[in-house]
Amino acid sequence: MAMNYNAKDEVDGGPPCPPGGTAKTRRPDNTAFKQQRLPAWQPILTAGTVLPTFFIIGLIFIPIGIGIFVTSNNIREIEIDYTGTDPSSPCYKCLSPNVTPCICTINFTLDQSFEGNVFMYYGLSNFYQNHRRYVKSRDDGQLNGDPSALLNPSKECEPYRRNEDKPIAPCGAIANSMFNDTLELFQVGNASDLMPITLKKKGIAWWTDKNVKFRNPPGTDPLEERFKGTTKPVNWVKPVYMLDSDEDNNGFINEDFIVWMRTAALPTFRKLYRLIERKNDLHPTLPAGRYYLNITYNYPVHSFDGRKRMILSTISWMGGKNPFLGIAYITIGSISFLLGVVLLVINHKYRNSSNTADITI
Amino acid sequence: MFRRSFNRFCAGEEKRVGTRTVFVGNHPVSETEAYIAQKFCDNRIISSKYTLWNFLPKNLFEQFRRIANFYFLIIFLIQVTVDTPTSPITSGLPLFFVITVTAIKQGYEDWLRHRADNEVNKSTVYIIENAKRVKKESEKIKTHYAVRDTIELRTVESIDNLRAAIECEQPQSDLYKFVGRINIYSNSLEAVARSLGPENLLLKGATLKNTKKIYGVAVYTGMETKMALNYQGKSQKRSAVEKSINAFLIVYLFILLTKAAICTTLKYVWQSTPYNDEPWYNQKTQKERETWKVLKMFTDFLSFMVLFNFIIPVSMYVTVEMQKFLGSFFISWDNDFYDEEINEGALVNTSDLNEELGQVDYVFTDKTGTLTENSMEFIECCIDGHKYKGVAQETDGLSQTDGPLPYLDRADKNREELFLRALCLCHTVEVKPNDTVDGVTESSELTYMSSSPDEIALVKGAKKYGFTFVGVQNGYMRVENQRKEIEEYELLHTLNFDSVRRRMSVIVKTQSGDILLFCKGADSAVFPRVQNHEIDLIKVHVEHNAMEGYRTLCIAFKEIAPDDYERVNRQLIEAKMALQDREEKMEKVFDEIETDMHLIGATAVEDKLQDQAAETIEALHAAGLKVWVLTGDKMETAKSTCYACRLFQTNTELLELTTKTIEESERKEDRLHELLTEYRKKLLREFPKSTRSLKKAWTEHQEYGLIIDGSTLSLILNSSQDSGSNNYKSIFLQICMKCTAVLCCRMAPLQKAQIVRMVKNLKGSPITLSIGDGANDVSMILESHVGIGIKGKEGRQASRNSDYAVPKFKHLKKLLLAHGHLYYVRIAHLVQYFFYKNLCFILPQFLYQFFCGFSQQPLYDAAYLTMYNICFTSLPILAYSLLEQHINIDTLTSDPRLYMKISGNAMLQLGPFLYWTFLAAFEGTVFFFGTYFLFQTTSLDENGKVYGNWTFGTIIFTILVFTVTLKLALDTRFWTWINHLVIWGSLAFYVFFSFFWGGIIWPFLKQQRMYFIFAQMLSSVSIWLTIILLIFVSLSPEMLRIVLRSVRRRSTRNPNLELPMLLSYKHIDSGYR
Repeated sequence: MAMNYNAKDEVDGGPPCPPGGTAKTRRPDNTAFKQQRLPAWQPILTAGTVLPTFFIIGLIFIPIGIGIFVTSNNIREIEIDYTGTDPSSPCYKCLSPNVTPCICTINFTLDQSFEGNVFMYYGLSNFYQNHRRYVKSRDDGQLNGDPSALLNPSKECEPYRRNEDKPIAPCGAIANSMFNDTLELFQVGNASDLMPITLKKKGIAWWTDKNVKFRNPPGTDPLEERFKGTTKPVNWVKPVYMLDSDEDNNGFINEDFIVWMRTAALPTFRKLYRLIERKNDLHPTLPAGRYYLNITYNYPVHSFDGRKRMILSTISWMGGKNPFLGIAYITIGSISFLLGVVLLVINHKYRNSSNTADITI
Repeated sequence: MFRRSFNRFCAGEEKRVGTRTVFVGNHPVSETEAYIAQKFCDNRIISSKYTLWNFLPKNLFEQFRRIANFYFLIIFLIQVTVDTPTSPITSGLPLFFVITVTAIKQGYEDWLRHRADNEVNKSTVYIIENAKRVKKESEKIKTHYAVRDTIELRTVESIDNLRAAIECEQPQSDLYKFVGRINIYSNSLEAVARSLGPENLLLKGATLKNTKKIYGVAVYTGMETKMALNYQGKSQKRSAVEKSINAFLIVYLFILLTKAAICTTLKYVWQSTPYNDEPWYNQKTQKERETWKVLKMFTDFLSFMVLFNFIIPVSMYVTVEMQKFLGSFFISWDNDFYDEEINEGALVNTSDLNEELGQVDYVFTDKTGTLTENSMEFIECCIDGHKYKGVAQETDGLSQTDGPLPYLDRADKNREELFLRALCLCHTVEVKPNDTVDGVTESSELTYMSSSPDEIALVKGAKKYGFTFVGVQNGYMRVENQRKEIEEYELLHTLNFDSVRRRMSVIVKTQSGDILLFCKGADSAVFPRVQNHEIDLIKVHVEHNAMEGYRTLCIAFKEIAPDDYERVNRQLIEAKMALQDREEKMEKVFDEIETDMHLIGATAVEDKLQDQAAETIEALHAAGLKVWVLTGDKMETAKSTCYACRLFQTNTELLELTTKTIEESERKEDRLHELLTEYRKKLLREFPKSTRSLKKAWTEHQEYGLIIDGSTLSLILNSSQDSGSNNYKSIFLQICMKCTAVLCCRMAPLQKAQIVRMVKNLKGSPITLSIGDGANDVSMILESHVGIGIKGKEGRQASRNSDYAVPKFKHLKKLLLAHGHLYYVRIAHLVQYFFYKNLCFILPQFLYQFFCGFSQQPLYDAAYLTMYNICFTSLPILAYSLLEQHINIDTLTSDPRLYMKISGNAMLQLGPFLYWTFLAAFEGTVFFFGTYFLFQTTSLDENGKVYGNWTFGTIIFTILVFTVTLKLALDTRFWTWINHLVIWGSLAFYVFFSFFWGGIIWPFLKQQRMYFIFAQMLSSVSIWLTIILLIFVSLSPEMLRIVLRSVRRRSTRNPNLELPMLLSYKHIDSGYR
């Protein structure tokens, strides 16, 4: 703030107020705020106050860590790579684009039975769902059922906006590249007979996505009518209104589609594919034994050096198997505790000198 | 009346003649002289910068001239033109916010200026128009009215009949210089010329004190008045902190460019594999494919810059500005700075230098009026070598004064009376009549007014001995003598005091017709002009008095023969009339007149030390400041004052570099050189080489003080141009730097500034502070880094030109030790914190590029990017930077050594900067990789649902906001309710906002990325646990530091460093007598 020109400035000498004149005093207000004397809590952070924090944190973190670690270890998880890059793999044949449709079967064994609800994921690697061009290539208005956006999708969808002069529904790169392998699971029975395992399609997307964010175009007509004037994404086989026979899982609110549309944070990711619900308390959902995974191999990942996996996993209160959190908690807790001990010893050594209040900068 | 054409908007640089001529009443006077039409500007004062019309463009232009704003504008323009990851809103909105806030602030200030201008411009004035008083608005005065009531002119009519022309110099800014001449054309058509000097000029805004009204002629108007000219061209002072900010800015700009360059390079390396560049699922548009590759690389680089541009915080400038602006109120609000006597508190003229108050290395202080009260008291006098002390009884003159006073013998009665008459006559004191306007005021109560308190003290002193100055009437000075008779003396000439001559004289004519010259002045100025044998008698007394710390003046007189007077008179008038080189001419005439005088006696006047001056000096010393006293006084006087205010302790060894020690020999320079080298040797032996320990060394080693006087200084500074002179200067500076206290006496005002400049340019560019109260201190106040004005008795020039003004010297202690310290810590922390929080903010975004194919994918949602600096983290730091008192104000003032801890810009040095930067880097890495490892499984819920990239970013952002705010909470040592409100409020606001932002499908948004992200995130226990863990991990280095520091301090606590008992604290109440 440069000095303001104040025309009323005193020119020379003398007190500014005529003596005995206006009784207006210029004494500043004697308020706590103006005198910088607001009542204040003045914590003095010294070893004495901070050290207990280390102990307490240590004492809290270690049990939590152990709890998480144990929980995470109890989670059963199996991952099966079915990309077929290895010539010995049954899916190797599917790498050539000529074989359509290509169906391959992989068998695997569960050493331990999976109890409770089992979740079936597909995982992709080296797939950049978080690429900027890719992430923005969608039209949320269209997906929300906005009729105008349906017929005139956002420019962000380029180059997947229009095809053969018709707007694409759903437009954009994300929708266009939707995962379209079909995975089926069979349990090999005692007599080598195959028992199909029921895979639940619904309940894999966020409730809010399914019910609010994603909506089919309004109307009471059949879905096909409502999507009239649009065309399917280039890579799709079927239009969006034929994703499922179930009316409640078709069109934009198809849960496989919704799950796909939630772009992954990292290039290696997994997405929920199916639920295998617990049958009853007596039998494990997936008992130990041999299983067949039947794959309708449509999704090409070889071209970008990607990988495809099928993952079966049980789940706990903290989600899927993740050793990181438990280990991190145990480590940090221990370090914190140790640090507390070490510092306490050091601190105690110097304690003998005066214990006046420390002044810290 | 003035129908002359004039230029409405005064063009400053038009061609002008050397002088300007103003015709009073615009009567056509000049038949003889060719009148050159001059253009004068109107009387409108324009101190405002903007008008309603040009505010927007001009203000925007001004703002974008600042490098930071310009940078953000560029970023914004890039975002608009190039396809960038973040929408232009993310940087446009903060920029808009910043610009708006600044514009509002500046607009408000300008409005205030407009208002002040209007107040002046619309104030009513009276103009004599055809023998009538006409009320007009001030701004309509066209040209040139001001001064000098010629004695006969007392009525409106007579003024109107006055035909005169005033010639004066063109407008210039020196307040104390005015050269002009008035030609009065009376009926006889013969021009009577009178000289006009500064004493005839009323400055704009002046108030009349001893008369009700005055008639005048406007000579300068509007923007050409001296006052207006004085407000222009003030140099902007920049604080050390601001320089540090700019340095940091460059570092961060470098980091930014490096990051962008790394990402661009890696992007193209990564994209060299075709399937990475354009996999089947993510194809480019036709346009993208066709873009020229080099251009693409360039735009990629720009995109990365835009993505990371938040590392240079937009809002920091606003916050810093607000902090300074609001923070400076605390100084003017401080009750401790309030002085009952003048009914005023401290004044803040600039808020840019608050933190500089905490960085001062050198204090330059004026003596008179600053260290001392400048309220003079007559102590004693000596007439012809006889000492007079004490109060005389009123009854019979001096004869009654014996008794309690020893060795009081008396001089010749005539000499006594001559001396007392001299005291009564030789001054420029005016008497303010108490109510009774006419004639003889009964000797009851006379109020004396003068620009110099010494004179009042002398006049009052004379009164004690029976001679009372009653006043001036019709050019006659009236003195009541011991016998209660009124003596009248015609005042012929006053040879004004100036600091170069250091004396003043009056020429009076007694009733009997004798013409006498009385002269009073400093001994050095008077002794060479009187008979030698007279000196010896008085010199002893003068020196003795000076040792006591009194201000001494010598009184001399001379009789002028009538013939001589004729000549003298002519010369004087001639000199006074001169428009060119008037000063030089006058000086020459004065010099000739004031010779061959007879010394009558000397006076001693005590200038009391200001309240707590000694304590303050001592505290400043203890705070590691070097205090230099710069004064125009005699060495002995100054020295004893220095002892009295404990600038020199009894154990201080004094090194003297004065004319006395050097002697008047021809080999001055050799002697000087000898002395200099000798002193240097002595000092170098005493102190270790390192300058770092110097401050501590003071408390332990022998202290040295240096005394130097003006002539020796100029000898050192401007001695012959050979290589030796440079050498002198460097040796001198080496000596100065090693001395705790330096006294420079007999300084001319310009020399003061010279010294300040010299110290300012020392190695390491120490921060200088000047404090003074008078016009002669202005140059040094302006020169130093921080200028403090004392609102003293010598007028307002000092406080007006200063950066801060306080009523008393003792206030300096709290101003520096408490306010300065706190401001520095606050702003330094503010700056470090700002860079820290933005590095934390942007580092995860940088790391994320490695996992998203260098595609410039932002990690955080646009709303978070925008609001982070504006809403989520701005208020806590602002509150901190206004309210923090890491140490109590009382502790700060009572333990001056704490000031040393922040000296040398300690908190913004490389060390702390690196600490903060590494802390930020560590935290950013922890945020990112902690969440990264968590996201190895993306089902973090008990229902197995997966989370996407926006959740990933939001988790990091949540940890970020909490960590950064809690870090500040850890640093806060002074939790007022405001801090609580703002810190917890910000966090609550963040949570609330996130729910709100994700709770609705926003119709105006293209993408509903954040829909329910936050709520869904909080439904996961794992994410909760991660957030808590990572916040703790991020804060643990800080906590560890606190523990280690408190341990270390305890281990290194040294009994030697315990607060030394300051001498002054023993008798704080007793004060100096």
